[in-house]
Amino acid sequence: MTALVLLEIEQGAVRQASRSAVAAARAFGDVDVLVIGEGAEAASRLDGVARVLKADCATQAEAVAALLAQLATGYSHVVGGATSFGKNVLPRLAGLLDVQPITEVIAIVDADTFQRPIYAGNALATVRSRDAIKVLTVRAANFDPVAEGTGAASVEGVSGPDAGVDVRFEGMELSQSERPELEAARVVVSGGRGLRDAEHFKLLEPLADRLGAAIGASRAAVDSGFAPNEMQVGQTGKIVAPELYIAIGLSGAIQHLAGMKDSRVIVAINKDPDAPIFQVADYGIVGDLFEIVPQFQSELG
Amino acid sequence: MKVLVPIKRVVDYNVKVRVKADHSGVETSGVKMSMNPFDEIALEEAVRLRERGQATEVVAVSIGNADCQSVLRTAMAVGADRAILVQTDEALEPLAVAKLLAAMVAREEPSLVMMGKQAIDDDMNATGQILAAKLGWPQAAFASVVEVSDGRARVTREIDGGHETLSVALPAVVTADLRLNEPRYASMPNIMKARKKPLATVPADELGVDTAPRLSVVEVVEPPVRKAGVVVGSAAELVSKLRNEAKVV
Ligand SMILES: Cc1cc2nc3c(=O)[nH]c(=O)nc-3n(C[C@H](O)[C@H](O)[C@H](O)COP(=O)(O)OP(=O)(O)OC[C@H]3O[C@@H](n4cnc5c(N)ncnc54)[C@H](O)[C@@H]3O)c2cc1C
Ligand SMILES: Nc1ncnc2c1ncn2[C@@H]1O[C@H](COP(=O)(O)O)[C@@H](O)[C@H]1O
Repeated sequence: MTALVLLEIEQGAVRQASRSAVAAARAFGDVDVLVIGEGAEAASRLDGVARVLKADCATQAEAVAALLAQLATGYSHVVGGATSFGKNVLPRLAGLLDVQPITEVIAIVDADTFQRPIYAGNALATVRSRDAIKVLTVRAANFDPVAEGTGAASVEGVSGPDAGVDVRFEGMELSQSERPELEAARVVVSGGRGLRDAEHFKLLEPLADRLGAAIGASRAAVDSGFAPNEMQVGQTGKIVAPELYIAIGLSGAIQHLAGMKDSRVIVAINKDPDAPIFQVADYGIVGDLFEIVPQFQSELG
Repeated sequence: MKVLVPIKRVVDYNVKVRVKADHSGVETSGVKMSMNPFDEIALEEAVRLRERGQATEVVAVSIGNADCQSVLRTAMAVGADRAILVQTDEALEPLAVAKLLAAMVAREEPSLVMMGKQAIDDDMNATGQILAAKLGWPQAAFASVVEVSDGRARVTREIDGGHETLSVALPAVVTADLRLNEPRYASMPNIMKARKKPLATVPADELGVDTAPRLSVVEVVEPPVRKAGVVVGSAAELVSKLRNEAKVV
């Protein structure tokens, strides 16, 4: 069996989520990867990659899914990261192939059997697929990424059919940050509604700088404009599992927990001793965050 | 322009579900059910399009058993003009739902299918994209802004690093993200009026679609529970624990 992994390239490097997808796909046998546009060279160095397919089509879902559908007949599995790109493209591919996609996979039992969370992670379902080609998105937090590597897989050009749809790309706005990517960070400092407003939310910045952390947010903090949407952690935001997650002024609703409860160590700072976040926290402090965060910062030195 | 809004009836987002003792699934009997929150957002957007004069009719469609009539009544109270229940007692996977929706699109010929990005029970985030593939239509998933003019939808989408804007020709499928709008509540008079709006029922097997499941559930289990932690008295104690016990700073 051979799996095909859809890679995402960012600034010439293969995204960590894609390297996790390669790691997951190795459970099925050989791994080929598909790169759209630049990045074939970085892809060919990846550990465990047999062959790089390189295409120059548009990166919109319609074109990528059409290309993948053409390539997929040669593979037992088509895999991508459970990123906004993977979640957009791979279900469309599944529609083209007439298979039921399996999204947000957290464990591979065997070539047909996969575990995934349902109901905001309140239950874990193991499902077995009878489709001839399996289309999967996998969660980066659950598969150790393969190394950027020193290999030299062969690179082969491929091209897909015209997707036959009228879609125009009009622009993109990416937030600029010196901080590590949320899903890849070793430490995440997250704030909720308790931070009060966008100005006070900045209180998290020096703490994040000191810890080399990424900054996350609850939905309430994003909805209230304290933080941009890409910082949202949870059932419908990013899924993170850092070494250390520090939850500040957020209550710990199930939808938030769904995105962070696999963190190795969880710290909660909240003035309400009954806040559900304390049920998952390894270390909690009950009190006013506006007093505790500066103290915490100065104790860290 | 007609807008079709697929609506799923799901366990209410406030309910913490329990896994069944035989590990076959989660307990849904006797549990509060509601409209999928993302579908409320999609519906609100469709109703606003009609209120702005950009849509002429909003049709809500739910696929499921007779109990789904209640979420369709709610949809009409919020502003859908009429509703269709595609009735089946089977629990269907997104692929089958998308095929049934494609059959309804063929009957109703909407210019826009405005739906949720994700159902909060299966958390699959797939039906809209599958439907767009089945129809051969463009898709704009995870929308946070939708503007319709001149036969196109201009959609700002939430992506991992920020957002991007696409312009797709109609007909198209758009899936709603959390920040698209804030859904209204149905007022009492509108709930009364909704009782008189038309709710049609179409038996799913009348649509000639293969809905056989592709997945079988091996087991459903509780996630591992974290062991209870400690409450510390001061920031100094916290830092000491993180340094010496957890060794993470
Ligand atoms: C479909 C759907 C999807 C969702 N997806 C997500 C998701 O992906 N991620 C997510 O986070 N949420 C999500 N939610 C929302 C979720 O249900 C909660 O509403 C949200 O997480 C609450 O955010 P919060 O904890 O910041 O706010 P609140 O629940 O209001 O909590 C604020 C906390 O701050 C504490 N506080 C206030 N002031 C102070 C102070 N001075 N010092 C210390 N503590 C203080 C309070 O005690 C309280 O516990 C979703 C909801 C729905 C319906
Ligand atoms: N049974 C259903 N009836 C109507 N719409 C549905 C149904 N299942 C899914 N949908 C739609 O598809 C979206 C995504 O669902 P899912 O792919 O299951 O996460 C939902 O937000 C609904 O708009």
